Amino acid sequence: MSSELSLNEIQKEWHGSWQSYVIGLLASLSLTIISFFLVITRFFAAPILIYVVIGLAIAQAVVQLLFFLHVGQEERPRWESISCGFTIFILLIIVIGSLWIMYDLNERMMPVEMETEMLHD
Amino acid sequence: MSKSLTIHHQDTLEDHPDTRSPDTHQDPFAKTVFGFWLYLMTDCLLFATLFCTFAVLHNSTYGGPSARILFHLPTVFGETMILLFSSFICGCSMLYALRNAKTKVMLCLIVTFLLGVSFLFIELSEFTDIVQGGHSWQDSAFLSSYFTLVGTHGLHITFGMLWIAVMIAQIYRLGVTTNTFRRLAVLNMFWHFLDVVWIFIFTFVYLMGVI
Repeated sequence: MSSELSLNEIQKEWHGSWQSYVIGLLASLSLTIISFFLVITRFFAAPILIYVVIGLAIAQAVVQLLFFLHVGQEERPRWESISCGFTIFILLIIVIGSLWIMYDLNERMMPVEMETEMLHD
Repeated sequence: MSKSLTIHHQDTLEDHPDTRSPDTHQDPFAKTVFGFWLYLMTDCLLFATLFCTFAVLHNSTYGGPSARILFHLPTVFGETMILLFSSFICGCSMLYALRNAKTKVMLCLIVTFLLGVSFLFIELSEFTDIVQGGHSWQDSAFLSSYFTLVGTHGLHITFGMLWIAVMIAQIYRLGVTTNTFRRLAVLNMFWHFLDVVWIFIFTFVYLMGVI
């Protein structure tokens, strides 16, 4: 458990390589361009387009986590991957939970007249 | 301590964590990287709550203009491309640091810095356009949440730029050493993380606003 490592030893702990960065860049570029043009040209109808675009964003986030941030490439015990997974879990609870509650409240609380009024306001 | 554990688990319980091999999270470099990773995860939750707020409030325009009218997609697409390339070039600086190529590391960082400046410039001119068009953040819940979310990301970018500037100076004066390599690694994680957050802003705020 020596505390001081040499530069050379530290450099071995870094996982990046040219290959991973180039793959990450090309994949992110193409995913961004695809979603941009899908929206510009309105390739699908609105509801489908929303799901497709969200799917592309999640795919791109995964690509960047894997190829830029090197998640899951560390040695065991994988504290970074575990904390990342836990964060995503909490994040989904926050996001889905609040959206669900607020949408439901909106449905239940708002009288119909007010809703139409708000749209015209 | 580790010796007693070794004896304890030596020939029982094969799937138990093997305490005989050294833990790779014990040296200062790995500890710093892991600590910074935990900070990024909490920052991730901060952005998640801001995204939630925006998602809940994005229709509450109070008679003001909606996202469809305000946002100009090609500009935002340009910003996305700039940030993506800056993320890649920042990664290149790390690869050159692995080979101790001091000048190339500095060159990559300078390019990253310039791309960051242009990103901030476009974002700020977009903000001033919206505010000068008479739609300040005080006008509706939608605008408040929009400026908070995108502004928080912009603030992160601003601090990242400050960090890159300091990093360039440190690499210039000290070269690639254990300390500067560690700082560069952490800076890289920060910059890549901001890029990931921006993808979601691009999708959920701009693309979905226009749909």
